[in-house]
Amino acid sequence: MPKKLVLHFPPHLIDQPITYRLIKDFGLVVNILRARITPREWGRMVVELTEDGGRWQDAMDFLAEAGVGVEPLAREVLRHEERCIHCTACVAPCPTKALDVPDRYLMEVAFDQDRCIACEICQKVCPYQAMEILFD
Amino acid sequence: MAKTIQEINHKIKTGRAVVVTAEEILEVVKAKGPKQAAAQVDVVTTGTFAPMCSSGAYVNLGHAQPRMKMGGGRVTLNDVPVYAGFAAVDLFIGATAIPDDDPRNKVFPGAFPYGGGHVIEDLVAGKDLRLTAGAYGTDCYPRKALDTLTRLADMNEAVLFNMRNAYQNYNVAVNLSERVLYTYMGVLQPRLRNANYCTAGQLSPLLNDPLYRTIGVGTRIFLGGGVGYVVSQGTQHNPGVRRTERGLPRVGSGTLAVTGDLKRMSPRWLRGASFTGYGVTLTVGLGIPIPILDEEMLYYTSVSDADIVGPVVDYSEAYPHGKAEILAEVTVAELRSGEITLNGKKVATAGLSSYARAREVAQLLKDWIAAGEFLLDEPLDHLPGPESGYAFKPLTERPAASSGDRG
Ligand code: SF4
Ligand code: SF4
Repeated sequence: MPKKLVLHFPPHLIDQPITYRLIKDFGLVVNILRARITPREWGRMVVELTEDGGRWQDAMDFLAEAGVGVEPLAREVLRHEERCIHCTACVAPCPTKALDVPDRYLMEVAFDQDRCIACEICQKVCPYQAMEILFD
Repeated sequence: MAKTIQEINHKIKTGRAVVVTAEEILEVVKAKGPKQAAAQVDVVTTGTFAPMCSSGAYVNLGHAQPRMKMGGGRVTLNDVPVYAGFAAVDLFIGATAIPDDDPRNKVFPGAFPYGGGHVIEDLVAGKDLRLTAGAYGTDCYPRKALDTLTRLADMNEAVLFNMRNAYQNYNVAVNLSERVLYTYMGVLQPRLRNANYCTAGQLSPLLNDPLYRTIGVGTRIFLGGGVGYVVSQGTQHNPGVRRTERGLPRVGSGTLAVTGDLKRMSPRWLRGASFTGYGVTLTVGLGIPIPILDEEMLYYTSVSDADIVGPVVDYSEAYPHGKAEILAEVTVAELRSGEITLNGKKVATAGLSSYARAREVAQLLKDWIAAGEFLLDEPLDHLPGPESGYAFKPLTERPAASSGDRG
């Protein structure tokens, strides 16, 4: 089962080949969904990791030792149900269909956290501050 | 067989009225045919829940001691400037007003997290608002400064007044340029990546009475979760535009000015909205009952999304420069499907008007009427119709004489 994680890189690790080591040394399958890396600041990378015969626990220990923060993605993007008016404004811009209208008769917008890659697009698009992305 | 409003009201009072929503009527007509449907159905309810910038509310605060003349002074509610150019303690809160210290679009695109629309939402929600006022002081109104909390229950009158609402049809916004656009029609991705629309389609009030036969001055309506009235045509009312065979305007057309007691409204149906890079507005729930007087009204209310066409307009060039260029016409049915085809390209659609909530408005209004709590009105006067010659003009700029020339 692939797991979506948010990796937080301290500034001094930004130029280190961390993902390369996850693949090469620990045999994980790494799919980078999104990355925001600015020199001298904390970097943030949304990845999908699959164990696929690799050494998951060793990889996690390696990240912890290197000082990379690891959080599950699901906890980071929230939709405030009471604020959402089901306008559908966020549906076309959402790149992964995490926000979607499953039934075009009802026209209600469903949010599927598993598909979300925390790209933040919906946050700018939603006029009702219904989408919240929590950092750190 | 024709019916009168009086007969329909009598049925409502005696609990015998047949009321359906503008969506349900389509099924009724399919099952029974137009003749029988017109005879059986008494009222069709419509609804919309969409952003409308020309919304506002006026309030009377009551007098402070000593008295203060805020008229001509400066007043804010939760830091949002409100208009005080009236008598001592009457104020008008405009939906798009924003705090003086909001950075606006200085760092583009601005977020506009709070403004007049949110003040109205918070007021209706019964929250405390911070009121500050500064005045010049007079013999009869000596006080010069005030800083206090206030809330809806403390105010005398609080009245929603929208000078334009319920736009009859609207543009479908796209972006042909190379950069992202932040507009009142939402975020438009470059190179035609999305098309944003704003209509409740077949549920929309003025699309169910396209020639304004029953909706007119004095019509009682659902407004913001309470009861309101149509005051007159709204600003920018433009009835003389091109229409389809059903009488439906092919571009933006009729509008309504509406009003209602804010104290009876609910924050579920008045929501502040923040459009990135554009500003603040108010999203308003509005629904209008349409009496099925005869087969003609039945015909109008049986409009479906496939009958309604909207103009696709480029917001990178045509709209900002006021050019009347229309790229294509698409139906609301196509827009609602989630994808339209433009220039052979598939374009994802996104709404601004909530269809799900429009349906809820129509349903609530239906329930009120069915329960005998809401009666219909004969319009006191009709709105200017398609043949009236009433039209929406652009501004003509004329240079003002320089002060030296005035003598
Ligand atoms: S952050 Fe928003 S736009 Fe991005 S994937 Fe998640 S739901 Fe979609
Ligand atoms: S844009 Fe916001 S309010 Fe509209 S459907 Fe998406 S989350 Fe809900």
